[in-house]
Amino acid sequence: MAKNLYQKVWDDHVVRQLDSGQYQLFIALHLIHEVTSPQAFGMLKDKGLGVAYPGRTFATVDHIIPTDDQSRPLADDMAERMIQVLVEATTQNKIEFFAPQSGSQGIVHVVSPELGLTQPGMTICCGDSHTSTHGAFGCIALGIGTSQVRDVLASQTIAMDPLKVRRIRIEGELSRGVTAKDVILHIIRTLGVNGGVGFAYEYAGSVIENMTMEERMTVCNMSIEGGARCGYVSPDETTFEFLKGRERVPEGDAFDSEVKKWRSYASDADAQYDDEVIIEAAKIKPTITWGVTPAQAISIEEVIPDPDLVQGLEKNLISDALDYMKLEVNQPIKGTKVDVAFLGSCTNGRLSDFEQVAAVLKGRKVLPSVRAIAVPGSEKVDKAAREKNLHLVFEEAGFEWRKPGCSMCLAMNPDKLIGDELCASSSNRNFIGRQGSPTGRTILMSPLMVAAAAIEGKVADAREVFGLGEVQ
Amino acid sequence: MKAITKFGGKGVYVEGNDIDTDRIIPARFLKCVTFAELGSSLFYDVRFDEEGNSKGHVLDSEQHRGAEILISDVNFGCGSSREHAPQAIQKFGLKAVIADSFAEIFHGNCTTLGIPCVTMGKDARGKLSALVETDPDAEIIIDLEGLKVICANNIFDINMKESAREAFLAATYDPLDNLLAASDEIAATAVKLGYT
Ligand code: SF4
Repeated sequence: MAKNLYQKVWDDHVVRQLDSGQYQLFIALHLIHEVTSPQAFGMLKDKGLGVAYPGRTFATVDHIIPTDDQSRPLADDMAERMIQVLVEATTQNKIEFFAPQSGSQGIVHVVSPELGLTQPGMTICCGDSHTSTHGAFGCIALGIGTSQVRDVLASQTIAMDPLKVRRIRIEGELSRGVTAKDVILHIIRTLGVNGGVGFAYEYAGSVIENMTMEERMTVCNMSIEGGARCGYVSPDETTFEFLKGRERVPEGDAFDSEVKKWRSYASDADAQYDDEVIIEAAKIKPTITWGVTPAQAISIEEVIPDPDLVQGLEKNLISDALDYMKLEVNQPIKGTKVDVAFLGSCTNGRLSDFEQVAAVLKGRKVLPSVRAIAVPGSEKVDKAAREKNLHLVFEEAGFEWRKPGCSMCLAMNPDKLIGDELCASSSNRNFIGRQGSPTGRTILMSPLMVAAAAIEGKVADAREVFGLGEVQ
Repeated sequence: MKAITKFGGKGVYVEGNDIDTDRIIPARFLKCVTFAELGSSLFYDVRFDEEGNSKGHVLDSEQHRGAEILISDVNFGCGSSREHAPQAIQKFGLKAVIADSFAEIFHGNCTTLGIPCVTMGKDARGKLSALVETDPDAEIIIDLEGLKVICANNIFDINMKESAREAFLAATYDPLDNLLAASDEIAATAVKLGYT
């Protein structure tokens, strides 16, 4: 019977059905970090349990690590303690830990793919909702809670209900200056923040097929922002090419036989789906958020929505978001004053993101009133960028080039918004208070748009600022 | 682990669609190596100002003191996978959440901790939250066996994910013992897939 990738990977990894009706699923790769996992080791200890498959778990630190001075002990006692607990637990349990300055540290969703740990056909779990990123390689990649981190450590399995699968086909060609980030913001805007609840999203169609792995990761990364527990792309030549030669990927004949296996996980041409959505690529414009959920998004050409045009709770939702964001109804979003520009995160903190921005930044300057930071997603990204002297391009333009970490994506390290500062951000969440100030404001956008905002000091159309293609 | 079948308590209605986990527990409170102290930080930024003074949030109102059932609107618990959110809810003293709908990871985390996430039709849910607002002392009884919520002489039908309901009734909502019982099958799966 024809199957889609989700069904194939699921069927392969099911251990058995539980009495509750859920399934017990084997987890091929488990990633842990310092925020959601140390507590799980405590839970194991309480139950007198050990780690069943330590070789299938890998650890890093990303959320709380400062991006300026990373010397230990960290200035923040609690942050230092969390790292210590993780270091102790991983040492005790023989789990590989990618420590700062090891050359492999970074944001968990950047690190695992670049090492080649993430491979097609795997089930992957991490105590982090953006685990969906790894779906780009053709995996079922799930964010889990700490109790489930405990379950994976103790048994290498989780209990789970199967998901339905919605195929989202993006067909046609993107116009110039429209990026993967715009594609996913457009999808979330179209389907809503909870449109994906109960679903895995399969991204397909010519636009996805033509994307690089980095771009596919950007798209899959934000699946969870649309409510989908996971999102994936069927593996193809682009996937195999990306994996070839990576540190944790076999070489030679072994690689060829892996490719054969990986290829077999791709969705069959006549596979069935529970739902299908088709999106016309040509209709996607540079898209940014105006509100406090990733679905509260509009194209750069639109005006800020009017709550009076809708009814009920939705109306309150819009007016509350507008109050919080201090934005005016019916005004163009373009021109909104920006205080901070943040380039980085597991959505857009990969080498290609910095390359793309560096190419347009050359010879331009960040407006002096804007605090602009560029934060590589991993030590490997940092190293590769430095080898190409990209950090100098950023620094000359007026960006600070930082050390790897989650940085200003969330408020767990010293990089934070102050007061009601407005941040043009390449990250994935614009929730109230997300960037560290209870009144701080976030506008999500693509790296190109962040660069344009940094230069102009206001929300701007990257296509105009950088002369990229036609604007109708 | 005890079976969870039928229980009652006072309710409190926290209004809003898409209440995300950053709102339920702001990220700065995630710096902890156990979950024990999280209760007081529940909904912190909506409850307290920057000096830590109460902003008069419904969770802090005198009438709703001791409430055990949290009621909210659409897509409750969206955002991050942080278990800190349901942990904070539980440590605050809340035993169940009733909403129009839930985000998935949040729902799963709650279930594992023994916090039933219950949904009901929009009108019924609206009526229930209105009842709680007019009579904060009204007892809400959640009956997972009969799939009903009873409050002030009203009986509402409720919905639940069947596997979660099964797990509450059979006291298997924390699945770990069950998972561990299959260690031979787990090992066989690992070998079959070459994950050794
Ligand atoms: S970059 Fe942001 S979204 Fe990604 S793992 Fe770090 S905190 Fe989470």
